[in-house]
Amino acid sequence: MTPSRSAFAAILGKDLTAELRTLQSLPAMALFAVTTFVIFRFGLDRTALSGSLAAGVLWATLLFAAILGVNRLFVAEREEGGFDAIRLAPIDRTAVFAAKVAALLVYLLALELVAVPVFAIFFLDSAAALLPLALVLALADLGLAATGTLISSMAVNSRARDLLVPLVLLPLAVPLSIAATGALEPLLAVGGPAYERFGTWLAVLCLYDLVFLLVGYAVFDFLLED
Amino acid sequence: MTAAIELRGLRREYGERPALAGVDVSLALGESLLVLGPNGSGKTTLLRILATLLRPSGGEARVFGASLPGDAWKVRGRIGLLGHDALLYRDLSARENLRFHARLHGLRGEAAEARIGELLAAVAMERRADDRVAELSAGMRQRIAACRCVLHEPDLLLLDEPDSNLDAEGRELVGGLVGPAAGRARVLVSHDPERHRGEADRVLELGVGGAVAEAAGAA
Repeated sequence: MTPSRSAFAAILGKDLTAELRTLQSLPAMALFAVTTFVIFRFGLDRTALSGSLAAGVLWATLLFAAILGVNRLFVAEREEGGFDAIRLAPIDRTAVFAAKVAALLVYLLALELVAVPVFAIFFLDSAAALLPLALVLALADLGLAATGTLISSMAVNSRARDLLVPLVLLPLAVPLSIAATGALEPLLAVGGPAYERFGTWLAVLCLYDLVFLLVGYAVFDFLLED
Repeated sequence: MTAAIELRGLRREYGERPALAGVDVSLALGESLLVLGPNGSGKTTLLRILATLLRPSGGEARVFGASLPGDAWKVRGRIGLLGHDALLYRDLSARENLRFHARLHGLRGEAAEARIGELLAAVAMERRADDRVAELSAGMRQRIAACRCVLHEPDLLLLDEPDSNLDAEGRELVGGLVGPAAGRARVLVSHDPERHRGEADRVLELGVGGAVAEAAGAA
């Protein structure tokens, strides 16, 4: 059997190379996020946001932008026969799951490299919260990548893929959203970041990540079968 | 000696519709099986079951002694499939696709590069090897797909219309890669029996609905 590390690197490298070459997901995700911030900026008619409203605007925008990437995560495998090629190879299917989670994680981090500075320019008075905010988003991204990969692999064979992904993913992302906004809220408080219950929410995010990574590890093999 | 393929009463249904209805055949290493039959007779279904990509509904299927689908993991990597889909990513070049498949099959570094170079030369595709697959003609894609199929030197080749989209030169070059060879078994689906009957040791003829019309040694 091919070592999992080699299979992981091959699949992740293939996905990132194809995305860099075609730019099918990332520009759409970033443009969606920036446009949504513009809509919030004028819809709310506010030049500054703080606390739960700021946390909600940031997280909801990132979550909906992420769905665009989740929708396309397995499209090449479906349309170009990659599923068969992967299933023919003597590899541990967990490596496929891990590589897809990693690819989606890279997309989400790249999205945030664009979206978070734009959010800060539009709505924040200071950049003091950005460092701890990056930690919260990284943990939330891992959970979203694990859940998104699972849902995307299930939905890709359906013609209603674009509908199924948000319909199934969003309810599963509710606990993640509660924890992410719970952790973001004190960071974006008026007067600079506070750390009230910050550790608790980080622990919830870690738990969510762990649960969905383990679920993916346990069931992904079956999702690839006919 | 373990047979390359052993099928006993193999069945596959899609819902209520039978695709294969009781196929019995065995094939030794070094032999070729030619599978004939009209459209809808289950030829592709048979290949997909042998490739471990589809579960049988009933009967017994063994590849190199491993029972399918339970022990499929034991024989993946010993099978090469050249089917209707090229199994190539359109946005990667031909060489990048072959590198990707080489890594999936545990080939890396100089050994992989040498093998890829050798195969590209064998199908006269060195000059277009760095073009994206989307930019290649259907015949060129089929040549690259043949390279992918034999890249890891499989012991069992499953060939579904391997001549599709190929011109005379392409047929000859691809035939050199996927033709009969000692030490490997082949299952070949073709709508052109006269072209392939000469290289077949056994012939399996399927009827509509997967009924076995004939299973015999080649004439």
